[in-house]
Amino acid sequence: MTFDSWLLALHLLSAAALVGAVTVFWVLILAVRNADRPSRILVLAPLMRVGGVVVIVGSLGTVVFGVWLAITLDAYHPWDGWVIAAIVLWAIASETGRRSDPEFARAFTRAKELLDAGETGPSAELQALCRPRIGLLLHSVASLAIVLILVDMVWKPGA
Amino acid sequence: MIGAIRPDSWNFPLFLHVLGAFVLVGAVTAGVVAELVSARSEEGGRLRQIAFGSFLFGALPAYVVMRIGAEWLHSKEFGSSSHDPTWVGIGYGIADFGGLALLVALILSGVAARRSMGGLGRAAGLLAAITLAGWLVAVWAMGAKPT
Repeated sequence: MTFDSWLLALHLLSAAALVGAVTVFWVLILAVRNADRPSRILVLAPLMRVGGVVVIVGSLGTVVFGVWLAITLDAYHPWDGWVIAAIVLWAIASETGRRSDPEFARAFTRAKELLDAGETGPSAELQALCRPRIGLLLHSVASLAIVLILVDMVWKPGA
Repeated sequence: MIGAIRPDSWNFPLFLHVLGAFVLVGAVTAGVVAELVSARSEEGGRLRQIAFGSFLFGALPAYVVMRIGAEWLHSKEFGSSSHDPTWVGIGYGIADFGGLALLVALILSGVAARRSMGGLGRAAGLLAAITLAGWLVAVWAMGAKPT
């Protein structure tokens, strides 16, 4: 196996981690939608933590190994249009994904506060925090940007 | 950088294959985490339901899409040739075994969610975790293409 094939394998594994993390967050978003009690929200914290770690590994890995490949492979260059498009989409996905995180984290923070105060029953405020419109919009934009990166990587327009 | 220059007609099956595989990884990861955490959680029942939902509505459709994409792409790239490269054999072997394991994990997970059986849920989580590790090896093989 060549060094380039290792780079491609690591790039693919990173991409799997990135799309996988986005999928984990979608599971989390759907699971938390109908939660109204602190315990039913906090129980999802491990999913949030795993998704958070995997998305960082995936985001950094895709761009580092991707640009490295564009430099080492003779057929492609970092300044190719489709590579630049992928980097722009990656930046959009990273930023919208990063901004969506605190929108959902508010529900977890409030749930912990309520639990610490001994309030374990249903809460309308908590239920509202579990359905942040802006958070959902930002995560949808991040997901769309990542699907477009995949389209760009497969079709390589202009290559 | 997925794949090299290839005929345009291969692109859509490749897109389906890759998207299905990546979503499969995420949905199974969510299910594994939920199942393994459920054993030591007061809300174990809810976590087992989430895991089952993730396997049924996320992992299973993603597996089907990944597998259809793989078959479609294989028919275009290798036709009816009986001599597949090693990396294709690795991919098929892991995908087929993984599909069976996913089905078993899905059934165990469903029973665990319905009957509140934590041990069964944990077994489903462990089986799915092993399967997930196999699929990551398959993703590596698709990129590294070992001979």
